[in-house]
Amino acid sequence: MAIDFLKTPRQRLAVYIALAVVLAVLPWALGGLFENGKSWLRAVDFALLYIMLALGLNIVVGYTGLLDLGYIAFYAVGAYTYALLNSPHLQAMLPVWMMHPPFVVMIILAAFMAGLFGVLLGTPTLKLRGDYLAIVTLGFGEIIRICLNNLDHPINITNGPQGLNGISKVHLFGLDFGKPIQWLGLTFDVAHSYYYLILAFCALIIFVTLRLQQSRIGRAWVAIREDEIAANAMGINTRNIKLLAFAMGASFGGVSGALFASFQGFVSPESFVLMESVMVLCMVVLGGMGNIPGVILGAILVSITPELLRDAINPLQSAVFGRRVFDPENLRMLIFGLAMITIMLLRPEGLWPSRRRKLEIHEHEEEATA
Amino acid sequence: MNAPQQLLAIEGIHKRFGGLHALNDVTLSINKGEIYGLIGPNGAGKTTLFNVLTGLYLPDEGKFNFDGKNLFRQKPYVVVESGIARTFQNIRLFHNMTALENVMVGQHVRTKAGVIGAVFRNPSAKAEEATIKARAEELLDYVGIGKRKNELARNLSYGDQRRLEIARALATKPILLALDEPAAGMNPNETAALKTLMEKIRSDGVTILLIEHDVKLMMGLCDRIAVLDYGKKIAEGVPEQVKNDPRVIEAYLGVAPE
Amino acid sequence: MDIFLQQIINGLVVGSIYALIALGYTMVYGIMQLINFAHGEIVMIGAMVTITCINLLIGAGINLPGPLLLLAGLLMAIPVSMLLGFAIERIAYRPLRRAPRLAPLITAIGVSIVLQQAAMLIWGRNYRPFPAILPTEVHDFFGAAITDLQVAIVVLALLLMGGLFFLIERTKLGRAMRATSQNPEVAGLMGVNINTIISMTFMIGSALGAMAGVMVAANYDQAHAYMGSLIGLKAFTAAVLGGIGNLAGAVVGGILLGLIESMCAGYLSSSYKDVFAFVVLIGVLVFRPSGLLGERVADRA
Repeated sequence: MAIDFLKTPRQRLAVYIALAVVLAVLPWALGGLFENGKSWLRAVDFALLYIMLALGLNIVVGYTGLLDLGYIAFYAVGAYTYALLNSPHLQAMLPVWMMHPPFVVMIILAAFMAGLFGVLLGTPTLKLRGDYLAIVTLGFGEIIRICLNNLDHPINITNGPQGLNGISKVHLFGLDFGKPIQWLGLTFDVAHSYYYLILAFCALIIFVTLRLQQSRIGRAWVAIREDEIAANAMGINTRNIKLLAFAMGASFGGVSGALFASFQGFVSPESFVLMESVMVLCMVVLGGMGNIPGVILGAILVSITPELLRDAINPLQSAVFGRRVFDPENLRMLIFGLAMITIMLLRPEGLWPSRRRKLEIHEHEEEATA
Repeated sequence: MNAPQQLLAIEGIHKRFGGLHALNDVTLSINKGEIYGLIGPNGAGKTTLFNVLTGLYLPDEGKFNFDGKNLFRQKPYVVVESGIARTFQNIRLFHNMTALENVMVGQHVRTKAGVIGAVFRNPSAKAEEATIKARAEELLDYVGIGKRKNELARNLSYGDQRRLEIARALATKPILLALDEPAAGMNPNETAALKTLMEKIRSDGVTILLIEHDVKLMMGLCDRIAVLDYGKKIAEGVPEQVKNDPRVIEAYLGVAPE
Repeated sequence: MDIFLQQIINGLVVGSIYALIALGYTMVYGIMQLINFAHGEIVMIGAMVTITCINLLIGAGINLPGPLLLLAGLLMAIPVSMLLGFAIERIAYRPLRRAPRLAPLITAIGVSIVLQQAAMLIWGRNYRPFPAILPTEVHDFFGAAITDLQVAIVVLALLLMGGLFFLIERTKLGRAMRATSQNPEVAGLMGVNINTIISMTFMIGSALGAMAGVMVAANYDQAHAYMGSLIGLKAFTAAVLGGIGNLAGAVVGGILLGLIESMCAGYLSSSYKDVFAFVVLIGVLVFRPSGLLGERVADRA
């Protein structure tokens, strides 16, 4: 794939620099090019959060081969961990020292809590295979959501369906991300500064994933995916390595969730429905399971396409029918669903599969035609 | 000559699957440095015994000692750590990993870098990773498929896949290497090469436990042979002795010799 | 009023609906090892088509007795669902039979989104009330309330299940289906046309799903374009609880899930009834990883 012709380190460095420049000026370009550049920037911020989620799920599904349909629960755990400690809701109940912890502490705490829930989910499901695991993880996701929805009584912890409001923004290096920041004569709006903050975490997670992939741990994950019994017989403690995959994947979700809560300023159980888990899975599979660039591509496509359609759908309708015939919201999701089916039918291995996966599929095709 | 030193000893092992008594009171011992053969008709319980010895099946009763450790009903990774490694009758490689990666996975149990080491690549983790890679290449050369190291396991020829499985098992630094029908499906040339490889492995100090149908190969290779039939050990001894045992002939031919 | 008996009745009614839908999941899974995510949407389409059809008939001034109107609606909805099931398999699953395992799961999710959104475009975003054509009088049954509709749902569901078991166990088609689920390649070699069998499986499952959809709509007096996802999820849970791929398991799982839910709603808390259902599922799977009636898959080394 694309990486193959970037043979020399120089070429690669050039590409990385170009990419960095593009990413650095992206918010300004969006603001300059589009009338509604601000809402586009928000969409990009969310796409970055989804990239983190997709990379986290990729560890569980793509590397370790465990089908998880409740992944969004870890996003929820991260988001609520942040929200509860950074909003007025629990102020009266919690001791003062617990409220508004420093940002770094907060992120580590969110990752830890999500990782803990990952282990909690992983432990009873270790023996389950394939689709049994899928339904249990799905159930786990729903349990978390329903609990968030109902834990407003007898003691009001999560504030139920209303969700938590007034979540404070990130304070880092003496900067308040909740207000426009002036720097070098430029003004960074909330969405701007959050863009760079989320981008930084995104880069960190990509880095961690890359390192893990090329390590003893990463190889053990893939070995379990390939053949669990053989992995066992080779001395891999499959229980611990699987739990580690659940915990690592979940902690990425937790970080993303914490950033989501602070960026949005509001969380409610509605953000963590089953469909969200399904969408993150689609990102991983559509992009190319187990391949980091593929997963990133999948996350961008799945999160941005509906936004693109949102802008394009009404002009399209008037062009075709001369007036608004269909509800644009439904029509865009319909087109999105059709696009998902079409991509999978045309490229069952995903848009940007890892080299080895591509080899595998095309061999199958040869077998089929032979 | 030194008296043979006992390496593995199982005593009165039973394994039942529902109504099937797959292993019935099996007792045997393997000495350090020997090639120990296990033969028997299909369904005699050879592979079941293998799975018990490598921790994949938990035996119902009996004793299982290896190299001074009690491995009765232990987890597979403990068994591997104690020094027993295996191959599979129906080749179970990590098909979509390269030959090199397969052998690198084999070293999992002898290495220890965790998440921290992986992410920060501190000097010790880096050194360990380099050692893993170097040793994997060494082992691939040792079994004779060094040139294929970057091919996916699934794309290797049948004989090479068998060799790769052996290399992967050797990567765990075993004291006892258990091979389940390594010559199955091989042509005479490949079988001869395999025999040479097994002798080399033994001369390098690894004890071998071998299941094989190729009786000629077994007679020429093994120091001692045990015969299983219907989950019971019916004979044990040096090849000549076993070959002429009437119970063995009966088990294989279905009738007692005249 | 006797709460215990009442909850048993409610649980049986909902449970037999779950069982019917679970059969659709489990049949497809048994043959292709595929979670047909779009099955819930078939249930929804079945309900919607029936309601539309009945409304059209009433609108046209045709004054038939309620059950006959319902039958007419069903006669329209069943073929539509069967056709839909057939088409989904042909378009979205068949080309991917040799693809990686998750690819058909994603197309299934895509189909489910498309059907849901299409239903919204056709029938709108609001709840569609189920036409008031069925008798609503409540009978007293040892202190619990029961309606004709509830009795009809349970009886009809049992009849349909009996019919399906007869089909699978006693007919040539059923034998071919069982053979295909055991080993498609060998069944193919023995002269079974696997493509036909898979299509038939989808169509039978869809027909059952459509009828279940009408039962849901009649039981709750309404239908909605999103109803398929929740009911489908429940039914799939039921299929897994019983042991997916196993027909009797789907029935047991469905009825059990219905009972668990209504008991929890009656005695504990209705907002946590889904939590309770999933906790039971996880508990069962921890001790029996292949479900209640599922075959134990031994680790073959």
